[in-house]
Amino acid sequence: MNTMSTNIQSGIDYASISRKNRSWDIIFASLGIVVLFIAISTLLALFLDLAIRGAPQWTNPDFYTSFPSRKPLEAGILSAWVGTIMVMLVTAIVAVPLGVAAGLYMEEYADKNWFTDVIEINVSNLAGVPSIVYGLLALGLFVQTFGMGETVLVAGLVLALMILPIVIVSTRESIRAIPIELREAAYGLGANQWQTMAMYMLPAAKPGIITGAIVGLSRAIGETAPIITIGALSYIAFLPPSPIGGDFPFISFEWLNSGFTVMPIQMFGWVSRPQADFQITAAAAGAVLIVMTLAMNGLAIYIRYRARKS
Amino acid sequence: MSTDQTSTIQISQSAHQGGQAGKPSETREHWYLEPDGALRARVSNLKFWYADGTQAIDDVSMPLVDKKVTALIGPSGCGKSTFLRCFNRMHDLYQGVKYSGSINLLPEDENLIDLDANIVRMRVGMVFQKPNPFPKSIYENVIAGLKIRGIRKREVLDEIVETSLRQAALWDEVKDRLHQPALSMSGGQQQRLCIARALAVKPEILLLDEPTSALDPIATAKVEDLINELSGNVTVLIVTHNMQQAARISNYTAYMYLGKLIEYNDTNDLFQRPKCQRTEDYITGRFG
Amino acid sequence: MRPESSGVQVSAHFLRKRETVNQIAKYVLMAAAAISVLVTVGIVYVLVSEAVVFFEEVSVWEFISGTSWTPLFAVPTFGILPLLSGTIVVSGIALGVSIPLGLTLAVYLSEYAPDKVRETVKPILELLEGVPTVVYGYFALFLVTPLLQIVFPDLPGFNMLAPGLVMGIMILPYTTSLSEDAMRAVPNSIREGAYALGYSRFHTAVKVVIPAAISGITAAFILAMSRAVGETMVVAIAAGQMANFTFNPMEGAATITAFIVQVSMGDVSHGSVAYMSIFAAGLVLFLLTLTFNLIGFFLRKRYRQAY
Repeated sequence: MNTMSTNIQSGIDYASISRKNRSWDIIFASLGIVVLFIAISTLLALFLDLAIRGAPQWTNPDFYTSFPSRKPLEAGILSAWVGTIMVMLVTAIVAVPLGVAAGLYMEEYADKNWFTDVIEINVSNLAGVPSIVYGLLALGLFVQTFGMGETVLVAGLVLALMILPIVIVSTRESIRAIPIELREAAYGLGANQWQTMAMYMLPAAKPGIITGAIVGLSRAIGETAPIITIGALSYIAFLPPSPIGGDFPFISFEWLNSGFTVMPIQMFGWVSRPQADFQITAAAAGAVLIVMTLAMNGLAIYIRYRARKS
Repeated sequence: MSTDQTSTIQISQSAHQGGQAGKPSETREHWYLEPDGALRARVSNLKFWYADGTQAIDDVSMPLVDKKVTALIGPSGCGKSTFLRCFNRMHDLYQGVKYSGSINLLPEDENLIDLDANIVRMRVGMVFQKPNPFPKSIYENVIAGLKIRGIRKREVLDEIVETSLRQAALWDEVKDRLHQPALSMSGGQQQRLCIARALAVKPEILLLDEPTSALDPIATAKVEDLINELSGNVTVLIVTHNMQQAARISNYTAYMYLGKLIEYNDTNDLFQRPKCQRTEDYITGRFG
Repeated sequence: MRPESSGVQVSAHFLRKRETVNQIAKYVLMAAAAISVLVTVGIVYVLVSEAVVFFEEVSVWEFISGTSWTPLFAVPTFGILPLLSGTIVVSGIALGVSIPLGLTLAVYLSEYAPDKVRETVKPILELLEGVPTVVYGYFALFLVTPLLQIVFPDLPGFNMLAPGLVMGIMILPYTTSLSEDAMRAVPNSIREGAYALGYSRFHTAVKVVIPAAISGITAAFILAMSRAVGETMVVAIAAGQMANFTFNPMEGAATITAFIVQVSMGDVSHGSVAYMSIFAAGLVLFLLTLTFNLIGFFLRKRYRQAY
């Protein structure tokens, strides 16, 4: 017995195995770091490239207060950023309540039946539908069938539908992350479903839901394809009518039916222009756009980080 | 009732056989005391199945004496927590569970299995293993149950907060920081806050599910003192894995094993003169 | 009746109101969930109804077997194969970049990286995911292509290589986080079992964790494929808009998505066959991604149930 085990053991060169294992570990860990480095340097290269190339434009205050122009270096992003804010307003107002409500239903109310399964598969598929297909939906349904035209409202709606799955999934995940004890405590006191949800679950899930909504909106703000599909133009030399002001009751909804352009469309329009100077303008628009989305993502990450800490 | 009669017969038989009165009988499977005094609830032939079909409670019948502390003991997995959670229909939160039999609330004689689960939980309060205060202020926690019942008058709330916190022996410790977050308190304080929260709505029955299992010995002692104080005012049903604790704080004790109720007795009798061999094996540590 | 110690007075009116609110809430929330189903129904309806009109003009056989796609020419042809070849080449390059890099990074994050590193890296990846695709398109056209032209002087300004590479990096966060999720779902007890046998970290990862997470990792790749196939702006900007039946990445070629953009940008009259063709192309795209998404969904569901 004893000799046999000695034989097995003696055949092994432990030092060499451990050396080999350790070198594999080092190789693999460094590979991971290299990939990470590739990702980070891409992000940096992308941002620096835009910032440096677009510098003559984005450092000029006129860039933010001028309409697009045929002369590349006089063109500005006024109509684009105003349009982006208006479209985002519609998107947020539609997508956030709808997505949160659907998410709450799926987590709290849905019984285990075929309807719930259908919704579940449906949401998971919608999250993977290419954004341009949403554009075709809007073109065929809103523009063609309902005759709504290329308006702020249609753009806001299509982006809302597109980010709906993001809001739903993040709502569900934040509800699911709430410890079961909180639910049981609320129900244990005699709360019904609605009370449990409105008084305890929603407040606890709020940071997660807000994070998801911001991530969704940042996705929408940079999205180009579905808006091209509905026929938005990049050359818009006017602003939609203001929602506030004018006559009583000082709120107007005319802006919803106005033509518009948004930042990514504006940038795309300039990218496809042949004159080299438009590249500068496009780069500047890209730099502004990337700052907008990174700021939103950063905010979302910060909110989640703070919620996790407390 | 009939079980009680059989047990009486068995006692006399064992007295004849061995002449050792008071010794548990090898053959006696169950023994249920019929207690004196008013009852708050009566469980009859309760059975319970989880969604996967496992039967966790098998034909349990038991009284619950009004304003007394009743302890449930037994080895882990015996179904004592499952049994406790039937009393406020906590299982209904998870789909596919099944009950049969009845838990009748007295004196109304309403079977709580047939009532609306949310209404049952309004009448039967519960405190959980791990302290689970809401992430709100101490004050908000105590009045949570009242808000759920639509009670919002400030004077009423203020008064109930004080009486409940006093009842939970927490008032002196927190009266100056009622509006601070409950989660800033120690674990023992949190658990007493949860008891105060449950007491604030004056439950007909207060369920305690191993309320000290997550607490250190000093905090445990405080909660035990509190339960002793409650005896005489509130009907308490407590699950504990700690036999000494059951002996210290309860008036009546029920011993469960494999989903069945083996013995229900006056606490002193159950620990000193158990009527069933299996109870004796458990409490003397020969088993479990 | 009730002993005086018990019960706070609850008004029956309040209980009724509470139940009514609960029921209303339930149906309102249910309606919201149903709207998400309506979106899918709407997509299918629009695509199918327009495609049906298209196929009255163009035979299905020509559509699926033709090797020429020129809807905007005087003599239009409608063979989808060139658009498919473009889509396959670009997505192929993207996956060729994204899968090895993503898997390496996922193994690193899940098996090697200390918590602190992971906590910092994941937000960075999220930032990468947040960059607008139009910006990536610019990047591919004006930075990556000129750089590639240093190595391959014959590379045309519009080519599939640059957008493919950029798209690979673009979907890297997605591939990584899905694969990492799958690996983190492998219970620690399995890892400990491997370590107890004397496995190194590397062997544990490669021989134990990856095989155990294989269905989740497969799901990640399939979902990444779906993402690549549906990606629009990078290719529309950097790969050119000429349909080109080729599998050579050094050439420019339109993808399904780029074609839809091209028609939308132009002044094609609504109702013409060329206009209808974007819905037929969109239907093909939708069916492709739907297939990938469903496979991905069920694979993910399986690994979630397994652990």
